[in-house]
Amino acid sequence: MSETAITEVTHSDGEHGHSDDEGHAHPSDWAYVKIALILAAVTALEVFTYFRSVLDWGAALVPSLIFMMIVKFYLVATWFMHLRFDSTLFAKMFTTGLILAVSVYLITLTAFEVWS
Amino acid sequence: MSAATTASGSGAVTEQAAALTEDDTLAGAPVDGHHGGDHGHDEHATTTGLSHTKLAMWVFLGSECLLFGGLISTYLLYKTRGNGRTLPTDVFDIPFTSVSSFVLLMSSLTMVLALSAVNRGDDEAGRTWLLATSLLGAVFIGGQVYEFTSFVREGVAFTTNPASSAFFALTGFHGVHVSLGIVMLMSLFVSSVKGKLTQRNSETVEIVGLYWHFVDIVWIFIFTVIYLIPAD
Repeated sequence: MSETAITEVTHSDGEHGHSDDEGHAHPSDWAYVKIALILAAVTALEVFTYFRSVLDWGAALVPSLIFMMIVKFYLVATWFMHLRFDSTLFAKMFTTGLILAVSVYLITLTAFEVWS
Repeated sequence: MSAATTASGSGAVTEQAAALTEDDTLAGAPVDGHHGGDHGHDEHATTTGLSHTKLAMWVFLGSECLLFGGLISTYLLYKTRGNGRTLPTDVFDIPFTSVSSFVLLMSSLTMVLALSAVNRGDDEAGRTWLLATSLLGAVFIGGQVYEFTSFVREGVAFTTNPASSAFFALTGFHGVHVSLGIVMLMSLFVSSVKGKLTQRNSETVEIVGLYWHFVDIVWIFIFTVIYLIPAD
């Protein structure tokens, strides 16, 4: 009985990657491989944009590149860094730094573009 | 347990699992084979209920965002200031850098597989993946050294112009971070060989993994913003 319960709970955690607050359960190795394959495909698409003689992305180039970068960023942070499964406090610490960093850039940009 | 309950959708299993959790925790035994249940989380008896070591790493990574944010901002603001000399963007070798980027991206996979292996108590696989991550990191650093030397040969050195200074400062800092990561990974590898890195202290691997993934995330940003988005 006990072994069955353990198996079922473990299996459940492994399959869905859910966990309680501290996120002790992580996804299966296969789930990580699938995420890596998606990351590789997005990277390949990013590199493809460099060859503009094959396909000219025009005005869509920069927004597309930024979108793909955000997708990769999100996948690594949520799956590989386990933010998806861990406490939200960790995510808050990280996003605070990220928001501050973007703010630094924007403020510096105004110094160059507006106040110069 | 709550998530496991939702996933299994079985009340009976939930009750059994809850009982097991309580009993096994009291006995100091792992709840599940997957993670060892606590995998060395005795330290989680903290005021927040979270590992303070992990929390500290996340705070550190948040501060690292500011460091790299400043360096990336500087490059973006100076990238066209060549003082009449060759700009870094003129000598970029995108196909070569793409391969380096891919290598670093895949090192994140090997890192997470190393953590997964250590969590389930498979020390041999853990060591293999740690070594693979270190090697991929070393390949990335080798590529960066090659890139830097070829840039210098083509007339773009650290003091050539404001754009090159900002470029070398940014990518150089990132390279130093990767190198430090390799040192940490090799330390983990040696600890594992000595039998000091086991399922019970797998959180150490997780902490180093967070650092490694962060370094990867920074490169994801650099690769797009610095290399792929056209300068003009």
